[in-house]
Amino acid sequence: MSSAAAIPAVVRLEHVTKTFPRGNVTALQDIDLELAPGEFVSLIGPSGCGKSTLLRVIGDLVEPSGGVISVNGKSARQAREDGDYGIVFQEAVLFDWRTVARNIALPLEMLGWDRDRRRARVREMLELVELSGFGDHHPWQLSGGMQQRVAIARALAFEPALLLMDEPFGALDEMTRERLNLELLSIWEKTGNTVVFVTHSISEAVFLSTRVVVMSPRPGRVAGIVEIDLPTPRTAETRDSPMFFALVTRVRELLRSRGEHLLPEEEELLEADR
Amino acid sequence: MKRIGEWLPALVVFVLVVGLWEALVRALHVHQFLLPKPSTIIRVFWTDRHTLWPAGWYTFKEALGGFAIGSGLGILAATLVGRFRTLGKALMPVFIAANAIPIIAFAPIFGAWFNPISPHSKMAVAGVLCFLPVMVNTLRGLQSAKPRQIELMRSYAANELEIWRRVRVPTALPFVFTALKVASVLAMIGAIVGEYFGGALNALGVVINNAADVFQFDVAWAGILVASLLGIALYGAVVAAERIVLRWSPS
Repeated sequence: MSSAAAIPAVVRLEHVTKTFPRGNVTALQDIDLELAPGEFVSLIGPSGCGKSTLLRVIGDLVEPSGGVISVNGKSARQAREDGDYGIVFQEAVLFDWRTVARNIALPLEMLGWDRDRRRARVREMLELVELSGFGDHHPWQLSGGMQQRVAIARALAFEPALLLMDEPFGALDEMTRERLNLELLSIWEKTGNTVVFVTHSISEAVFLSTRVVVMSPRPGRVAGIVEIDLPTPRTAETRDSPMFFALVTRVRELLRSRGEHLLPEEEELLEADR
Repeated sequence: MKRIGEWLPALVVFVLVVGLWEALVRALHVHQFLLPKPSTIIRVFWTDRHTLWPAGWYTFKEALGGFAIGSGLGILAATLVGRFRTLGKALMPVFIAANAIPIIAFAPIFGAWFNPISPHSKMAVAGVLCFLPVMVNTLRGLQSAKPRQIELMRSYAANELEIWRRVRVPTALPFVFTALKVASVLAMIGAIVGEYFGGALNALGVVINNAADVFQFDVAWAGILVASLLGIALYGAVVAAERIVLRWSPS
């Protein structure tokens, strides 16, 4: 990735800290991170490492206890109010009373787009996530993978510079997840968004990202950053390359370096990805 | 065609029960003041139509008025309590305690508060009966939007009003209709029981009560049949409205 200082960062975090008064938990401690335009950065770590909290701090959905956050050169608050990012959660969070098309149009309605403009954009977005023809369906008529694609289309509909994704494929089966990984990459190549992607899966993080930020728990902090210099565009074969395995091992070792603090289920997480 | 298949078992059971009732009353020579034959009830339903049907309509209007007032206030109260949390903290325990009171016991009091002959005292009984279930269910509906949905709306910089309009209210609607169905039944009960404690001579509850007093049980039963049909009609109207408003619903 480009490290040229001249390019303004899309996201800049300086000494960001978050403590939850209840139970006196330090979710984030002294996080420094900078994201250049067009980067795809994954946050990975065991439960309790604060990766989802960090994502929410960037999105101004959780207020930090300390530190400075800027998004697109503005405060996180201003960036949220300006619609500078789209967000996708583990659940699709679609509204059952709206059709697929109207779900995608929701942020556009809130931005005050007129009907024709909304309709044209929704058609484009349905094409982008390969759901043309499903606009009039209701969310409950779609499979989990299709619902998640609708959520992605909704997050990108208003062309935000930044896409925040909180374990977006975590609830899907392995095959659907791998297919959506490829689709997400092709969408990212087309749109050129900066992506922050929270995941539990080492292979997913390595496959998708330009950089993987490994986090460790109690208190949540950055344990290390792995540059992913796999060739692009990435394909199903990428996962079989020796380079891919080497990078997966690097990430795993970083996660492991905190091994003495791991809980049994976290050990399991590491094993599961082998 | 599928619809008829779904209804058929219930229809068969209904016809069997009525048939059995008719046969048993005939075979065992049951006194008609204990239990009249269905055929007798239906005959009286027709021969006394000039008193029974207008009486039913009179009581139905009372029930409808009480239903509208009670449900309307219930939805309004739930909205206020849901919007202003301190108000909810102050009022909810009172409402929950009130819910345990057998409200129908107040029927004679309402007769004293309003003119006992006028329909207003019956509307009051029906309205009070409708209020709490509608209020409690609506409130639960307004509070059952998922945290992620709220977070998503906040990511769009939505204000409180927009979150209500676009998330909380649509989420609450199925709860509201469930409550309205319960309330529609309670409204008819409230109106009729209210009339048992006194009311206009042409009200259904009074007609049933007076008929029973003079051992005209066939007339009383025919009155109950009128009340049942009107109760079902009100319930059906709510179901129809639900189908229209919640077209999107999977069920």
